[in-house]
Amino acid sequence: MQPFRKHTGKVAPLYRANIDTDQIIPKQFLKRIEKTGFGEFLFNDWRRSADGAPDPAFPLNQPRYSGASILVSGKNFGCGSSREHAVWALADFGFRAVIAPSFADIFANNCVKNGVLTVVLSEEETGEIARRASETPAYQIAIDLEKCMVEDGQGLTTYFRIDEFTRHCLLEGLDDIGLTLQHEPEISAYEAKHPVPAVWKT
Amino acid sequence: MPRTLFEKIWDEHVVATPDGQLPLLYVDLHLVHEVTSPQAFDGLRSSVRKVRVPQRTIATVDHNIPTEPRGTPIFDPIAKRQIEALQNNCRDFGVRLFDMDSPEQGIVHVIGPELGFTQPGMTIVCGDSHTSTHGAFGALAFGIGTSEVEQVLATQCLPQRKPKTMLIEVSGKLSEGVSAKDLALGIIGKIGTDGATGYVIEYAGEAVRALSMESRMTLCNMSIEAGARAGMIAPDETTFAYTQGRRFAPQGKDWDAAVAHWRALPSDAGAKYDTVVELNASDLAPFVTWGTNPGMVVPVTSRVPELPANGADRASSQRMLEYMGLEPGTPMEQIRVDRVFIGSCTNSRLEDLRAAARVAKGHRVASGVRAMVVPGSQKVKQAAEQEGLHTIFQDAGFEWRESGCSMCLGMNPDILQPGERCASTSNRNFEGRQGRGGRTHLVSPMMAAAAAVAGHFTDIRNWRFQ
Repeated sequence: MQPFRKHTGKVAPLYRANIDTDQIIPKQFLKRIEKTGFGEFLFNDWRRSADGAPDPAFPLNQPRYSGASILVSGKNFGCGSSREHAVWALADFGFRAVIAPSFADIFANNCVKNGVLTVVLSEEETGEIARRASETPAYQIAIDLEKCMVEDGQGLTTYFRIDEFTRHCLLEGLDDIGLTLQHEPEISAYEAKHPVPAVWKT
Repeated sequence: MPRTLFEKIWDEHVVATPDGQLPLLYVDLHLVHEVTSPQAFDGLRSSVRKVRVPQRTIATVDHNIPTEPRGTPIFDPIAKRQIEALQNNCRDFGVRLFDMDSPEQGIVHVIGPELGFTQPGMTIVCGDSHTSTHGAFGALAFGIGTSEVEQVLATQCLPQRKPKTMLIEVSGKLSEGVSAKDLALGIIGKIGTDGATGYVIEYAGEAVRALSMESRMTLCNMSIEAGARAGMIAPDETTFAYTQGRRFAPQGKDWDAAVAHWRALPSDAGAKYDTVVELNASDLAPFVTWGTNPGMVVPVTSRVPELPANGADRASSQRMLEYMGLEPGTPMEQIRVDRVFIGSCTNSRLEDLRAAARVAKGHRVASGVRAMVVPGSQKVKQAAEQEGLHTIFQDAGFEWRESGCSMCLGMNPDILQPGERCASTSNRNFEGRQGRGGRTHLVSPMMAAAAAVAGHFTDIRNWRFQ
């Protein structure tokens, strides 16, 4: 997994509450059996009309946000379906971090597994970053995971809270499976006491 | 110290609590389907790992299979490739698969309980958010992403942050015509779509105890729509009676030992929850959603809400109404439907089909309305046919189809056309969920059947049953 330490990038605002994973990656694109190539379909039904023409009003279609690597959004981002394809699409499109007042649980977990940082800031701070992103050309912010700090060099500096273990995994780019397998003796001991139900072996 | 149902199951499954890391939780049952698993199996291959305990994983195809009669070719080559990938993965890694042609195939959250895999006290995961369904048995069951699917396949464990606990205490009795679906929608309407984020919900109280197993599954299924990590109900005689005798449930001596264990699971008197929500079931009416998330819900006797005065909420409601093609103040009973979908992991079990058939019996689907019934599994379909439910539906003009997720998420050919309005017994009314531009209203099976006949939403409490 790609570690996340410090990242400075352009901010794209998509300031709506309750953006669900069905919007992030619509179901017609879930049939692929690879992890790659989902970026093209990120927010597909909002980005393009039914005939495939881009909607010029949609932020991610505007040249001013091209190359953005930080998305700022409303509360409860990533709610709904557990599809990790949503994170694969965001990452493949170039997003390294999402800032919002809150995130849905499964989505936030999926982000950690893919080196994407979810930054929780207050409604006011998130709203302010979204406002600056839409008013300031090429608006950038710097996110420092070591210091848990966000700053834009234009007077906005704030700190965020993140679970210590999650932070550690992101900083180091740790693979959960490898970590878990370090506990092989405990797992085996647990399994010795809790065998597979007999009827499941039939 | 008194413990909750959740805490007891959690404590029993902690394998290790490494310093500075999350507790490692053992997974008793892992359910797999075709959409969220191919990348996980590929991950195992590329790191030369095997499935640690193949007997603890079961797989089925449900999300993108057609509901046309079995044997009809799958025309979508990408869907076909995904189904074949699951078949190959199950064969290569030794995982039990209930395939397309199996008499036990069905929606993963329908067949787990139906076959007796789902049991009280278990930890159950699946790469699907509606895994919360299995909590109805007093199991800790939650949805995971594909990376976690790979982790469970490889290690049978998951590092987990311990969630907070929420007790939802439902007193009173549900009125005639008000179902578990309405209870779920009522709760989400009250606490919001992120009202339980970070929590495991335990549903309790007189109204919950009175629910059948299938209704409990409906209620727990929708927990994720309130943002909850899981929803659960303490096991009792209803749970044991449902589970006993099922193919993969404990048998003989094992059964007695299991029941003894399960009887100790309910929350202790005086156990503390981080949050408590109370409501009275007798205050609830049949509900219909009007917006594009499940929290946007009103009683069928009510109207599309007026726009809120506040800025951000106003913009969001306006956007929803525009998408839904609705005006504030419109009586819900005047909203006409084009399509009706009875199915999904929320409402596709025998009891749901019986309730809908009772409404449809002796009536005809309104002209211009297309209505389909998609049983949750082959076993549900067969049981319904034995009771003659399919004839009731077909005589009334409903389509009777093969089992699968179908139009709940429209990954297969069952989708809404742009602008079509659907009364649906599924769980999500998100934009485009049932087909791009489609307009979904979530309702109970009875309310859906009644809308099909009337051509618009109607209060089931005034229905003329034939």
